[in-house]
Amino acid sequence: MVGGEPMSSKDQILARVRSALADVPRDEDVPVPRDYDHSRSGPDVVELLVDRLVDYKAEVREVDDVAAAVAEALTRRRARRLAVPSGIPDSWLAEAEAVRDDPPLTPAELNALDGVVTGCAVAIAETGTIVLDAGPDQGRRALTLVPDYHLCVVRRDQIVRTVPEALERLDPSRPLTWISGPSATSDIELDRVEGVHGPRTLEVLIVVSRP
Amino acid sequence: MNSFVGMPSFPEASSVAVGDAQLRHNLRKATHTIRAKRAAVVGEQPDWAALREAGAAIKDRTLRHLDVYLERLEAAVVAAGGTVHWAADAAEANRIVTDLVKATGETEVVKVKSMATQEIDLNAALADAGIRAYETDLAELIVQLGDDWPSHILVPAIHRNRAEIREIFLEHMADWGRPAPPDLKDDPRALAEAARLHLRERFLSARVGISGANFAVAETGTLVVLESEGNGRMCLTLPETLISVVGIEKLVPTWQDLEVFMQLLPRSSTGERMNPYTSMWTGATEGQTFHLVLLDNGRTSVLADEVGRQALRCIRCSACLNVCPVYERAGGHAYGSVYPGPIGAILTPQLRGMAGPLEESLPYASTLCGACYEVCPVAINIPEVLLDLRAKAVTHGHVGQRLAMGAARRVLDSPRWLAVAQRSAGRFRRWTPKRLPGPLSAWSDTRDVPVPPKESFRQWWAASR
Ligand code: SF4
Repeated sequence: MVGGEPMSSKDQILARVRSALADVPRDEDVPVPRDYDHSRSGPDVVELLVDRLVDYKAEVREVDDVAAAVAEALTRRRARRLAVPSGIPDSWLAEAEAVRDDPPLTPAELNALDGVVTGCAVAIAETGTIVLDAGPDQGRRALTLVPDYHLCVVRRDQIVRTVPEALERLDPSRPLTWISGPSATSDIELDRVEGVHGPRTLEVLIVVSRP
Repeated sequence: MNSFVGMPSFPEASSVAVGDAQLRHNLRKATHTIRAKRAAVVGEQPDWAALREAGAAIKDRTLRHLDVYLERLEAAVVAAGGTVHWAADAAEANRIVTDLVKATGETEVVKVKSMATQEIDLNAALADAGIRAYETDLAELIVQLGDDWPSHILVPAIHRNRAEIREIFLEHMADWGRPAPPDLKDDPRALAEAARLHLRERFLSARVGISGANFAVAETGTLVVLESEGNGRMCLTLPETLISVVGIEKLVPTWQDLEVFMQLLPRSSTGERMNPYTSMWTGATEGQTFHLVLLDNGRTSVLADEVGRQALRCIRCSACLNVCPVYERAGGHAYGSVYPGPIGAILTPQLRGMAGPLEESLPYASTLCGACYEVCPVAINIPEVLLDLRAKAVTHGHVGQRLAMGAARRVLDSPRWLAVAQRSAGRFRRWTPKRLPGPLSAWSDTRDVPVPPKESFRQWWAASR
């Protein structure tokens, strides 16, 4: 912490910055040209999002009936015990057991689960990105990190095309996690390996019409 | 522990790297692959030129009034429940972090890849205080287990092939935790799985995490970390205490500014439309204790140089490395700092000053072809800064160094002379590496002249640190 000494490190650094910038007029503000696209036209955002997610080796399906699709996905994967944030209804889980994060699950408890089911805050079609903001249907960040399988439900109205459109919708005071495909590494001879520390399987259900 | 102090000058170190066929092969494959991926995803972004212009302007806007934004950031982080510390140099940053870890009573920390903490050699400082720092990025793990140096900003272990990595895992994982399975295969999938298992328990039990940040938003106090593997999320999310060491040049003024960099950085860096994971958090999050350490360590000296300050725009994407003909042949280690390639050639001499033969020779580690400037997402005119630094090296250099330059030029006219000079340099440097003049002429002129090294760079390095 900065103490009460006459010249704290903070004062020192700020003084150095100011003397380094002696040539810069204090009242200047550098204009930022924002001639880049805020939005763009192009293929349907659902189509685009699907294409990008497949590119990242995520599994993705367009569905009508969320509850049926979630249940089907969990059965196919033989996922029996899942972390489920408070905003996700039990009815989605069908046969599987919903493990609620209340009281908060320890990392070891999360590690013992088969997966996690969440919604999302925003999805970005052009980059194949799902953004979580820890809302009631997404839960704490650890929930979507420790279990090896993440099933994420995206509503059509949550999909935007571009990164600027997404930032506009997001609240910086919330913890945000941007997810673009399953975890991956190219650290060994640039060979891409999907699945290192984060969930090795990301499955996305895009709800194209109301259940 | 490792230190770059006393590194041979760039021409010497690079002449050794050039002779290493494996290294050259790996580097060539890596740089060309990433370069092609980058070109493809940049090509599909119709407004790239406008994004690049905005990126450069946002960084200039920040840097030219950095004091204002630093204070704004501090206020926002504090308002969100974080604590902000200011570190004038590496020693102070290391002291702050060490004290913070000690205060938790922990003797182990998990780390996510951070160039700032490498720059200050934080792991060594922690080790001196009895604290073990575990690197968790796969490449950093390979580097740490192999007691080695990173050679590329993005793929730090690119100088190692799969067989070497398997050996390193088999030999050294047990010293750091869960051993590698004895029947470990050398395919990347098996090696990544071994790393996953090795680090899993460590993540689940870690109580202190240490990170850097790619961006810090002054307006909101938000920190941003981009990564691929999920080790970053583990380190940022699970521990009770998070300490982030962030260079003062990492700021951007507003939340909206991220819309530019979240497009520029992934495409320039890994050549992906988006990297697998990005974490953004503001202050103390989800019950965590959060400390932000703002690091100067020479950055204000860079800022004072009207030509050179543009180097502080750098978002560490590594695109300039991948297009550089000199980097491709020399490898990252020859640059003698955590910042290799064209950006290292302008940043290191400015951060440290023209402190020795390495720093003085770095501005010559270039053919001035301009490819780095062209790909740079924040339009840093690297050739311009190189030329300016060369002029300064000549103006401020010692008489001996000026003579050395003349000598170098004469030497380069004749391969026989060069061989003689390199041999005597090799003998000389064992006793007084700091005083080694080294041929300061453009290294590019010498790169095709065969120089049989007396000992490999790695051997030399092992023997002299
Ligand atoms: S100088 Fe430019 S191209 Fe090189 S790492 Fe920095 S931002 Fe990227």
